[in-house]
Formats: sequence, structure tokens, C-alpha cells
Amino acid sequence: MIPLLDPGVADWSRAQFAVTAMFHWLFVPLTLGLAFIVAIMETIYVKTGDPEWKKITRFWMTLFGINFAIGVATGIILEFEFGTNWSNYSWFVGDIFGAPLAIEGIMAFFLETTFVAVMFFGWNKIGKRFHLASTWLTGIGANLSALWILVANGWMQYPAGMRFNPDTARNEMQNIWEVIFSPVAIHKFLHTVCSGYVTAAIFVVGVSSWYFLKKRHLLLAKRSILIAAIFGLVSSLLVAITGDSSAYTVAQKQPMKLAAMENLYQGHKGNGLVVIGLHDPNKKIGDGKDGFLFKLEIPRLLSTMGYHNGDAFVPGIEDLKNGGFKPEYENISLEEKDAAFSVDEKIQRGRMAISALYEYRMAKKNGDSARAYEAQRVLDRYFMFFGYGYLTSTESVIPNVPLVFYSFRLMVGLGFWFIILFILVLYFLYSKKLENKRGLLWLSVWTIPLVYLASQLGWVVAEVGRQPWVIQDLLPVTAAVSKIDTTSIQITFVLFVILFTGLLTANITIMLHQIKNGAKDGGNE
Amino acid sequence: MFETLSMNALQDYWWIIISLLGSLLVFLMFVQGGQTLIFTIGKTDMEQKMIINTLGRKWEFTFTTLVTFGGAFFASFPLFYSTSFGGAYWVWIAILFCFIIQAVSYEYRSKPQNLLGKRTYEIFLIINGALGTILVGAAVSTFFTGSQFTIDKLNLTNTLNPVISQWQGAAHGLEAMLNWRNAALGLSVFFLARLLGALYFMNSIADENIFNRSHKQLLYNAIPFLVFFLAYMITLILSKGFAVDPSSGIVSMEDYKYLHNFLNMPVVLILFLLGVVSVLLGIGLPFLNKSRYGSKGIWFAGPGTILTVFSLFLMAGFNNTAFYPSTSDLQSSLTIRNSSSSHYTLTAMSYVSLLVPVVLAYIWYAWRSINKKKIDSIEMENKEEHVY
Repeated sequence: MIPLLDPGVADWSRAQFAVTAMFHWLFVPLTLGLAFIVAIMETIYVKTGDPEWKKITRFWMTLFGINFAIGVATGIILEFEFGTNWSNYSWFVGDIFGAPLAIEGIMAFFLETTFVAVMFFGWNKIGKRFHLASTWLTGIGANLSALWILVANGWMQYPAGMRFNPDTARNEMQNIWEVIFSPVAIHKFLHTVCSGYVTAAIFVVGVSSWYFLKKRHLLLAKRSILIAAIFGLVSSLLVAITGDSSAYTVAQKQPMKLAAMENLYQGHKGNGLVVIGLHDPNKKIGDGKDGFLFKLEIPRLLSTMGYHNGDAFVPGIEDLKNGGFKPEYENISLEEKDAAFSVDEKIQRGRMAISALYEYRMAKKNGDSARAYEAQRVLDRYFMFFGYGYLTSTESVIPNVPLVFYSFRLMVGLGFWFIILFILVLYFLYSKKLENKRGLLWLSVWTIPLVYLASQLGWVVAEVGRQPWVIQDLLPVTAAVSKIDTTSIQITFVLFVILFTGLLTANITIMLHQIKNGAKDGGNE
Repeated sequence: MFETLSMNALQDYWWIIISLLGSLLVFLMFVQGGQTLIFTIGKTDMEQKMIINTLGRKWEFTFTTLVTFGGAFFASFPLFYSTSFGGAYWVWIAILFCFIIQAVSYEYRSKPQNLLGKRTYEIFLIINGALGTILVGAAVSTFFTGSQFTIDKLNLTNTLNPVISQWQGAAHGLEAMLNWRNAALGLSVFFLARLLGALYFMNSIADENIFNRSHKQLLYNAIPFLVFFLAYMITLILSKGFAVDPSSGIVSMEDYKYLHNFLNMPVVLILFLLGVVSVLLGIGLPFLNKSRYGSKGIWFAGPGTILTVFSLFLMAGFNNTAFYPSTSDLQSSLTIRNSSSSHYTLTAMSYVSLLVPVVLAYIWYAWRSINKKKIDSIEMENKEEHVY
């Protein structure tokens, strides 16, 4: 008899992957944005020939380098963990998912790491223009790298361009352009990289503000804050725009995630968007309550954002669980055109798909082509519910609602704060009063941790919000794992946490020291 | 262009790409080998600084090649990725740890307030250099010696235990380290990396002491390298191998399988011999004339390493051979036919592979730009330079 999977494997694998991803995402956003900020600064240096710009460029480049190293270190773990912790996933969708990772390596990562070496070591070895090109190529490489990873992630949220092959027991790519240009992938890429630019801009604004407060390195501060605030304002507006389009794709492709983001249990036509709300911790599925202790909402806005129609019906968690409503979102089967299935019905169909796969393979093994044909017909019909067949309860399709709801609100609220901050900084820079606005300068400094918080919350919304799916509707996390014992993962989880914490602490102490001594490296007035 | 190729041709093409990446990775492990020589060859702070900086300008290439090797393997042979990474868990986690600590060590080592102190980061580099090479070498050896796993795609229909690839060894890959042949290839890679590291120092650092000590290290490392490598190769060509019947896909044990592979694929044999001779020339020429050939050894040993490893990978996968054999269930063994991606994906990826020459060209250009002048103590003391 085949032993059962250890139930802790999925939870600990998730914990390990989450901790790796969260640490990784502490370093990557800064790399994505700072690469371009540094490139802009160096462009000005090359154009003007002003050596102060070179000093300023090199100062921020040093901080970039410290951050880059640890981003690289944590990035490789994520790639390997798809195999070590999610081996079943790696086979089930490896035919599609592996391609973006390989393309990232060939097309982007080599570009980034080759020219990052030239950028750091080439100052006195190559011409100015080649050096400048290397700096830009480093930034382009880093952002291309993000593109491919986010295409891969977007595909997990909305699998497109593939077909399940029962002979190989995996999904196989049918159209790479559908994978790359899936609306989820594009919105995710734009929203995520722009949030990285905002992170870098806030970092530069915050550090520069600290110099103003301490009356040190004023030229470096003045020049850096101007570039960062303009770069940040443009980027944060793009984040808002792409956030809006991301909300639309979530509504269309992942309605349960949207319901969790909105703490929406019972939907109705013309749903409002909750601006501020308190989740009711005593809320139980089916108790008839709306899930809020208090809420302040803008009428019809959720329907407008999610469906581009103020009267659209936005299904809530209980609607999606019980089914029966007329769905207006895209991610439905033909059979659900008039009435969405309940989760129970989906589980039933998922189990039929899994049984059909079994039947198909047994029929093929026994050379019974008629039976194989019939089994494949059932499998094709119900494959879009395949992952539901692994679920053991209807409520397992509901993510952690308060975590997703509050994370989303806090992220959006912080996003608006960043826009206001950039506008204020630019206004007072323009009116030459910024150096005296100590309150604003301190706010800028303290916004640095907030931008990291917002960035992490974005991933919490994206990843916790799509639970229990590793691939939307097709594979839950419990069926995606490797066959290893929980103890092994617990040990590596602890080892990773210790290692990451140590490296993060080292990263912060080194950065703080470099910032305090910024003048030694350049940017003196 | 690639659409018209047969499935077998695409699979062969991708095995060649994987082999190329694997061989480049082993060559670039001169960085790892060099790291284990920091204190052996560098006796003063300045000497150690020059060694670390000459390696520090190249560590990203090794790292990126490892990442690309992993990504390309995932994309082209996902069943290997799924089986090996998910099964030999502890080996891959250990390799990961080795590379994580390397990535930060160069940048953090000489920075003030680096929390752990300069010496700790140097020890990290040594751990990466020693353990990283041995583990990668031993992992590659399992391509010839086999691993303990089973594969059953029907498992996907068992909702309580749907994992297709299941490892049978409780040690999750660490058991491979107890096989002396795996250990021998691991140690071969370790000593080869040290040889390449020493040759690279002779090529890229303008310091007489480092040059002379590196020269001395060639001998000390050449002897164990040759012992382990020859022992491995002799047992390999005399051992039974995992043969595949091309029509039925049935795997069976075949006497002298890898010797047969060499004989049936003379091009591979020639590449292998050329590679070995080139490595030996790279090591030997500096002994003939130290001042004339000392800095040129890497130009022989480097390409020689690439050719040797490339041919070993080809031998592992071609000529109807299971490249990732299972000793638990012979029929679960992975071949380039039963573990690859689909025709569509291999085709799409093949177009991407056309970028490889472009990548190699700009790496070459960037490498030359940085290496056109040897590292010396003056450069290390120049405040204008970015120094680790």
C-alpha cells in the first residue's frame, strides 16, 4: 500500500517558500528601481561632465551593490524550491512553467550579472559611454528578469495557452504568446515593477531627507531627491493605474480572491467598494451576517472596477461557495453560463476528471481504445475543475479573509500616501523650502519601512488571496508538494530563517554605515 | 525552422545545450576552486585581497550559469527536475546553502559593520569552494551510478498521495555521498576546480609570490585530481550501464555500457580525449617553462575542462542511455526521450537558445574589458576602484 502524504508537508513547504519569497522581495524592489535611478544619474554625469554627479552615482551604486548580492542569493533558492518542495507541481506544469525560468536565465540574468560587473569594476577600464551603457543594461536585465518571473507567476494565477495531456499526465504548452501576454501576467508585471520603482524612489527620498535633517551631503541630497521624487511620482501613478487594471483581471479570473480582498460574503448588483472597514471576527460561513463590524463604502465602485459596469453583480464568498447565481466574470465553464456551480459541484466534477484520467491510463495500458476515448472525453469536459478533486472540504477554497482584506486596504492606503509624499516633496523643492520642512523630512525617512511593508502586503494579497491554489482551479498546494517528511522541511525552514535573518541584519548594518558615511564616497557640497 | 525538427532531434538538441551549460558550469567553478586557495596562496592581507578580488569579478558568471543550468533543465527535462530536486532534497539544499553564502560574501567581506566579521565571510567562501564542488560533482556522478526513486504517473489519480516521483532513500540524496564512485567524481571536480583556480591566478594577478605559490599548487592538486579522475573513469568504462531499448523504452543493465557509448560515438570519444589532453597540457606546460606558459595554462585547461565534461554529459544521455537511472526501479529511469518537455515547448525554447551565442559574445567582450589589465596591489589601494 502506498503511504499517505504527511499532511504537514504542504503547510511547511508553503511556510518555507513564503519566507524565502518575502526575504527575496525585501531586496529585489530596490534593485529594480535603484538601477534606473543610478542610470539616470550617470546619464546626467556623462552629459554634463560634472564630477559631483559621478560621486553621487557611485554612492547610490554602492548601496545598489550591497542589496544586489543578497537579492541574487535569495533568488536562486526560489528557483530550486520549485523542485525541492513542489516536485509534483514541477512535473504537472513544468512544460510551461520551466520555459520562463530558462528564458530569464538566458535572456535577462546573464545580461544583468555580466554588466553589473562592468558597472562596478569598469570605471577606470572602459570608456564613459560603454560604462553608461553597462549601467542601463544592468537595469534592463534586472527588469527583464522580473518580467519572466512575473509571467510565470501570472500563469499560475490564470493558466492559459496550454492543454492537459493524459498520456504524459501533465499540462503542455500550446501557445507561448498566450502565456506571455496573458492579461494577468502583463498587469502583474507592470504593477510589480512599478511598485519596485516606488520602493527605490522612497528609499532615495528618505535617505536624502535624512541628510537634509543632519545638514550633511546637501548637494547629494538635493540632486538625488529631485530625481527620485520625479521618478517616484510617475511610478506611483503607474502603480495606481496598473492596480486598477489588476483589480479588473482579479475580478474576471479569480473572483474568490476579489471577494476575500473585499471581505465580501454576500454579493449583489452594484456593489460598493469598502474604503475602511472592520472585519467581524465572529463571522461564520452561512450565518447571514455581512462580515463587517463597521464599514465605509463608495457605492457601486467595486462593480465598476471589477466589471466596468456599475450595476454588475459581484459574487461574495458565500455566493461562490453555494453557486446558483448568474456569473458575469470570465473564468467560467460553458455549463455555468446561467448558474454558477457550487464548490461541492466543482469538487464532484474534479473527482470525475481525476477518475477519468485513471480510466484513460488503465484503458491505454490494456489497449482498450474505445474506453480510453470515452475517458478522455470526460477528462476534457471536466478538466477545468481538476484541482477541486483533491479538496477535502468546500470551505478549503476560502483564503484567509481578514489577512487579505486588511493587507489590501493597508497597501492601497500606503500607495496613496506615497503619491502625496512625492507631490509634497516636489512642491517644497520647487519653492525651495524643503530643507526647513523638518516634519515632512522625518515623514520621508519613516516612509522607508512603510514602502517595504506595502510591497510585502501586495504579495500577501496576491498569494494568500489565491489559496488553496498553486495553479488556479487546477492544482491545490496539497497536491503540488514533494514526497518528503515534514521534519526535513521544518529543519530547512529554521535554517533558512536563521540564515536570512543574519544576512538581512548584515545588509541593514552595512547599508546604514554606508549611508552615514556617504560623504566619503561622494556627493559633498 | 525548429518546428520541422522531429521530437528526437529536439530532445537531442536540448541535451546538447544542457551538456554545454553543465560543462561551462564546471569550468567556471575555477572561482570555487580558487576560493579554497585564498589562505594557501595568499599569505598577506594584500595577497588575499588580490585573490579575492580577481575571483570576485567572476563569481556572478558561475552563479548565473548555475541558475541557467537549473532553469534550462527545468524547461527541457522537467521530469528530471521534479524527480531529482524533490527527491535528493538534502543534497540540493546543501548545494543551495553553499551558493547563498557565497553570493553575499564578496560584497560584504570588507564592508564595515558587516555583522559577522571579515574572516567569517572568507570561511563562507571556502565552504562554498569545497562543499559546492564536491556536491555538484557527486550529484553529476549519479547520472552514471543511479539513484533511489520510483516514478508512477498514475499516482496523480490518488488524491491522498498524488506525487508522481517518489524517493526511496530515507536520507533524501545524502546516501549518494556514501557511494565511493560518487565521492571520487566529487573530489575530482574539487581538485580540478583548484587547479583551474591556481591557473587563473597565474593568468590574472600581477604578483610574483602569488604566481609562484599557484605554480606549486598545480602539482599538489594535479596528483589527487588524476588519481580520483582516473579511478572514476576506469571504473566507469568497466562498469555496467543503464541501457534503453529505443523501440520499447525498456531499461536494462548492459556490461561496459559507457565503454560502448564511447566506441559507438567516436566524436564524443575524440572530444573527451581532446579535453583530457588539453587539461593535462594546461597543467603540464607551466612545468616545462614557468615564465612562458605559466599564465597561459588556463587557456588549455579551461577549454579542456569544457570538452571533457561536455563529452561526459553526452555519454550519459546519448546512445540509448538512461541519463538519470533508478536503482530502485529500473523502469522508472529517466531518459532524454521520456523526461523531456513537449515538442512545442522544446521548439519555442530552441528559438530562445539562438540567443546563447549573443550572450557568450557579450560575456566575452565584457570579460576582456575587465581583464585586459592584470590585478595588482596598486589597483587594490586605489580609492577610486570598487574593491571587495
